[in-house]
Amino acid sequence: MADSLEVKELEQVVVRFSGDSGDGMQLAGNIFSTVSATVGNSISTFPDYPADIRAPQGSLTGVSGFQVHIGANPVFTPGDLCDVLVAMNAAALKTQYKFAKPGAAIIIDTDSFGPKDLEKAAFQTADPLKEMGIDPDRVIACPLTTMVKDCLAGSGMDAKSVLKCRNMFALGLVCWLFSRDLDIAFNFLREKFAKKPEVAEANIKVIQAGYDYGHNTHSSVANVYRIETKHKVPGRYMDITGNKATAYGFIAAAEKAGLKLYLGSYPITPATDVLHELSKHKSLGVTTVQCEDEIAGCASSVGASFAGALAVTSTSGPGICLKSEAMNLAVIMELPLVVLDVQRGGPATGLPTKSEQTDLLQVLFGRNGESPMPVMAAISPTDCFDAAYEASKIALEHMTPVVLLTDAFVANGSGAFKLPRLEDYPDIRPPYVPEELKGKWTPYMRAKNGTRYWAVPGREGFEHILGGLEKDDKTGAISTNPENHDLMTRKRAQKIANIPVPDLEVLGDKDDAELLIVGFGGTYGHLRAAMEEMRAEGRKVAMAHFRYINPLPKNTADVLLKYPKVVVAEQNMGQLAAWLRMKVDGFVPCQYNEVKGQPFTVSTLVQHFIELITK
Amino acid sequence: MAQYTFQDFKKGQPRWCPGCGDHFFLNSLHKAMAEIGVAPCDTAVISGIGCSSRLPHYMATYGMNTIHGRAAAIATGCKVANPRLTVWQVSGDGDGLAIGGNHFIHANRRNIDLNMILLNNRIYGLTKGQYSPTSPRGFVSKSSPYGTVEDPFRPAELCFGARGHFFARAVATDAPGTIEILKAAYEHKGSSVCEILQNCVIFNNGTHDSVYSKEGRARNAIYVKHGEPLIFGENNEYGLVQEGFGLKIVEIGKDGVTRDDILIHDAHCEDNTLQLKLALMGDGDGFPVALGVIRDVEAPTYNDAVEAQIEEIKAKKPYHSFAELLETNDIWEVK
Repeated sequence: MADSLEVKELEQVVVRFSGDSGDGMQLAGNIFSTVSATVGNSISTFPDYPADIRAPQGSLTGVSGFQVHIGANPVFTPGDLCDVLVAMNAAALKTQYKFAKPGAAIIIDTDSFGPKDLEKAAFQTADPLKEMGIDPDRVIACPLTTMVKDCLAGSGMDAKSVLKCRNMFALGLVCWLFSRDLDIAFNFLREKFAKKPEVAEANIKVIQAGYDYGHNTHSSVANVYRIETKHKVPGRYMDITGNKATAYGFIAAAEKAGLKLYLGSYPITPATDVLHELSKHKSLGVTTVQCEDEIAGCASSVGASFAGALAVTSTSGPGICLKSEAMNLAVIMELPLVVLDVQRGGPATGLPTKSEQTDLLQVLFGRNGESPMPVMAAISPTDCFDAAYEASKIALEHMTPVVLLTDAFVANGSGAFKLPRLEDYPDIRPPYVPEELKGKWTPYMRAKNGTRYWAVPGREGFEHILGGLEKDDKTGAISTNPENHDLMTRKRAQKIANIPVPDLEVLGDKDDAELLIVGFGGTYGHLRAAMEEMRAEGRKVAMAHFRYINPLPKNTADVLLKYPKVVVAEQNMGQLAAWLRMKVDGFVPCQYNEVKGQPFTVSTLVQHFIELITK
Repeated sequence: MAQYTFQDFKKGQPRWCPGCGDHFFLNSLHKAMAEIGVAPCDTAVISGIGCSSRLPHYMATYGMNTIHGRAAAIATGCKVANPRLTVWQVSGDGDGLAIGGNHFIHANRRNIDLNMILLNNRIYGLTKGQYSPTSPRGFVSKSSPYGTVEDPFRPAELCFGARGHFFARAVATDAPGTIEILKAAYEHKGSSVCEILQNCVIFNNGTHDSVYSKEGRARNAIYVKHGEPLIFGENNEYGLVQEGFGLKIVEIGKDGVTRDDILIHDAHCEDNTLQLKLALMGDGDGFPVALGVIRDVEAPTYNDAVEAQIEEIKAKKPYHSFAELLETNDIWEVK
């Protein structure tokens, strides 16, 4: 039978690993994506965690998924629907089947489809496949648990540890299905479990068993697949999530600026991983303070900034509500501060684990008084690194709080991250007050670009008082003078307007597009994939995606007014559209809005955009 | 260490109402700082909002007059990020204990090396006369025309409840007493709370009358000093002794009571039971108001621990730069 097996070339494939929260689906997914990335495939991943903290084993609410998208050409999203679904138990099949393409291959562990498992997964009959209308020919049904037990019999491992290796069997099967080189997986495991070689070897044995099982039986699959690599960018890579990349960006910026990195934070989903990550790196001198509340997280960061650190506070939307007061203090005191908002579903507690772009207007406008603040949005998990670096650079060089928006999708998703070299990144030079101004300096003296100088405590002769009250432009003393307040308000606004940001880039058919797709932040991948798909079908489409939202790129109006039709697609009710309409005279876009807490699906976008063009 | 005079810490013309207790306190703070001898450029004075929070504007140091209630949180970040600085945090009773109550207790719990000044006039002055969280039950004010129906915080109780290690009290008009506790607060490593009893001449005049004058203090206050007997009265004729679970006033020389019977003050005692009893005296209970350093117990500070942990981990972990950090990950190479 093996001889009749055909090897089919694929451009891209989406694999979804699903099982109980404790089944190790993320690890299996990570290894699969790493193995694929090592041969030069493009990768994008996204975990889908259950909302319950610890749901009962085998229950519908306890299922977690991990989706991996692999492509010969660049991939921009973790994929809408999967080509292969691994379901480690009945509940996983029940809840995750909706993410499978029609005709997708489905791998199940028949040992986890017993009467009890079926009952927990709320199946009505003893034949779950029939009940769900799944063609059995598409299913690789194997007694996975039994085979793992057999494989590790005599290894001396206890039953619990043996069961923990089930994910590796599934991984082995998937590796066989996609003709992956197991040596890379073996190396990965040997490094990961360097301190526990017996665990590494057990896992390796099980992967091999899974691979061999596929090879020897390949029941019900007509093909194995190959994903060639077409766009190889040589270099050294790691897999990185958005939150980790954000944390790394702050570390890199602090090192480049020669400053201590201070994070004042309070745990909040989905931003907490940034606090976790930064808390690990004390050997780099990173100081993290888990504060009593969101308010103190931001307020203590303002204090740290005054004291001369690169100060960061991390949160999600509900935290921004509380931090806005201290953010505003940083506005009037003109101190550097980076506020990270990993957006989630709102309002109020909303959908804590899900993704939205609904904080845009909050961060632009949600403060009392005239309170201009730069706002940036990271466009992908790996872009979080550059975005965090750039946000820090703007904050430090322009003496202002900066909001960096990411979202749950970008924060938890991952991609292949080409290791950056710090020397390739631009310098960060805060406007420290020059020594020659000693004796003449007052706190609101400005450099040419309108930026206030920074006098860090400890410098003799530059003692000064900042504060939340309006200050006199010249003396720095408290002032309620109406002319002065008007002047200071304008100077603060001008300072932000003066921040140089790169021009908006137009992708696709920039000269003759019938439709310009506009978005910001984490939807980049989906919008890009939708555009590429439409162009592949012969449509003339372009896209412009905003990373810098305040100030807007200088060419914004030129780009937005150039095309016959523009659609602003965003995961809110039209916040970017409203901002752009406010800033660009005569701009009247179409809108595509979704507020589902889920990433866009490329197919839905394409369908909608085609309707827009043709109607 | 360079020598300073109070002039080196002075700046501007204070704008408080004539007779306000803040004037007295400010003068004492300037003098205390001169005696302490830390350079103005290594000193940060951080306040929130309120009458007393204007204070940093009259300091020739670094400082911030920030937002309502957040002074302790802002001071926390300042001290942790730059532990070389001597940080003073100044709040009123509204700023520190109402809107800023959460930050007050957590700064105490963490034991950050902040000198926390609580200027307590039991009223909101800047907003023109509403009751504060230290106003007594039944207090009549613009926002409580029929009297409040709530009990006040007692700052010492809150500090002790938050596991504070230093609490001292002085009357704003008592310069030597104020300077003494400010110096002790500076010497104490960790969060130190100094409650300053301060009069608002406009909206709550007379609130601390019983101890506001020197004569009043002679009659109605007791100066506590570590290692010395708890004796008070115009002629030092009274003393405190322990009785059952409480304290009792005795007259020395009467009923066979001698000086040796009097309780010796122990500010360094880890157990705060008796210190709390001292701190709560004088609330119309016939006991004198305790002034001076009531509690002063050594404990590891948060900022020292943060620094020590960084040093420890630096020695332990093999990576010390961003480039080295990258190498700790699972890396693959595309050729």
